[in-house]
Amino acid sequence: MNPITRRKLIYGGVAAAAGVSGLAVADRMAKRFGLIPPDGAGIYGPGETLTYACQRLLTANKPAREFPRSMISKSPFANAVAPPTDTFKKLQAGGFKDWRLVVDGTVAHPLVFSLADLKSLPVRSQITEVACEEGWSYIAEWIGTPLSSVLHEAGVLPQSRYVVYYAIEKGLWESIDITDAWDDHTLLTMGMNDGDLPVGFGGPLRLRLPRQLGYKSLKYLNHITVTDDIRKFGSGKGSVDPDYGYSWYAGI
Amino acid sequence: MPTASPVLEKTKIRRHSGIVRVTHWLTFVAFVALLVTGFEIVISHPRFYWGEVGNVNTKPLFVIPIPASRDTVPTGYNYVMPDQNGWSRYLHFEAAWVAVLTALVYGIYGVASGHFRKHLIPERRDWNGRAYRERIAKYLHRRPPDREEDRSYNVLQRTAYVLVIFVLFPLIIWTGLAMSPTFTAAFPLTAALLGGRQSARTIHFFVSWLLLFFLIVHVTMVAMSGFWRRVRSMITGYMRSSEEAE
Repeated sequence: MNPITRRKLIYGGVAAAAGVSGLAVADRMAKRFGLIPPDGAGIYGPGETLTYACQRLLTANKPAREFPRSMISKSPFANAVAPPTDTFKKLQAGGFKDWRLVVDGTVAHPLVFSLADLKSLPVRSQITEVACEEGWSYIAEWIGTPLSSVLHEAGVLPQSRYVVYYAIEKGLWESIDITDAWDDHTLLTMGMNDGDLPVGFGGPLRLRLPRQLGYKSLKYLNHITVTDDIRKFGSGKGSVDPDYGYSWYAGI
Repeated sequence: MPTASPVLEKTKIRRHSGIVRVTHWLTFVAFVALLVTGFEIVISHPRFYWGEVGNVNTKPLFVIPIPASRDTVPTGYNYVMPDQNGWSRYLHFEAAWVAVLTALVYGIYGVASGHFRKHLIPERRDWNGRAYRERIAKYLHRRPPDREEDRSYNVLQRTAYVLVIFVLFPLIIWTGLAMSPTFTAAFPLTAALLGGRQSARTIHFFVSWLLLFFLIVHVTMVAMSGFWRRVRSMITGYMRSSEEAE
């Protein structure tokens, strides 16, 4: 074996010190610029943080991929969901006239929207792909209003950092960072392929997030909470996914 | 400070540099993690497609005839495998980071130190069919390696390593990234050039088989040429010369 020379020792020491202080600086910068995901602790934390931070820095302002009309899938697949609750069935029987979307949290004016209210906001349609973490995918046209139009109406306060969103079923909730929330492609979806959004695909209201995997596109949306502190929600890891072993960030 | 004795100099050959040894084992650990978790992810949807989209309502390119870990996939089996996707995905991407960062260090070292030029790119005089045929014949006759091969790699080894390092590895990273909805938003061509997201997934699957095939051949060859002698040299960096070992 090579004897460890003094020069090697000095070089090694300097390199190690530079490495450690580099990591410390990177950690502080990451915290300051919001590059650490809510589930960025634990053994998978380094990988999650690297993915989230890199994708945030590289792609924050890049629009989701859109496709020509000819690529719309003829037979999209509606993933199985829990059977609808009685509350849901009652709302469905009434043609979802009584469906409400509550917007609260760190906003100037907490608001309640009916579907008719949402339909009076700026309309946006986009042909994007749903990609499931299992591996399958389909393309559809999604019609609705950007989440940003609702956030504008409610007046998001400057300290806000995350948008938490809930399904009508208890215990199903997600969140996204404020960058994704303001993205034009983050769509409060009420229509699909020129019709109303079918119940199997999340109707009457689904938050579509085409830059992340399907499980972030929560079905049966009825409540949005803007917040400055994601740790106050659930087990503090940003969504219900980490409780089931899944990552909060699904851009990959 | 002890100086190497002349005897040691004669019988021990410095074979692998520190960077090569560390990156070799890091890559090995990351690759095993990627392989196991990749398998777990695949069984949640053991169907493959070509083009941009594909799901259980569309015609698959092929199907792996195994039960799935999700009951929404029609497999013909009355059995649903345990679902391990959550931790598998976490670990898959963390191991991918280890592999990519390791590859980055190795790549910079390989260019800067001349490692690629000296040890991996087949030597100029071997750029012909005869060199390959001769080395294959040597393997087939189970002839022991030349003395020269104690210090560096022969033309077949070099070709295999070049294919893995410069073709398969970049391809598996590329096809992996082409499945990321955020990455393809920023760089749409990563998916488009491959024919779409599902094509990328299918290629990713086949490249992982090729890498597994390389691993099996690699370990077999190591085993046949003296397993512990070779493994030790990849740990300590030194190898006893083959003449002495035989």
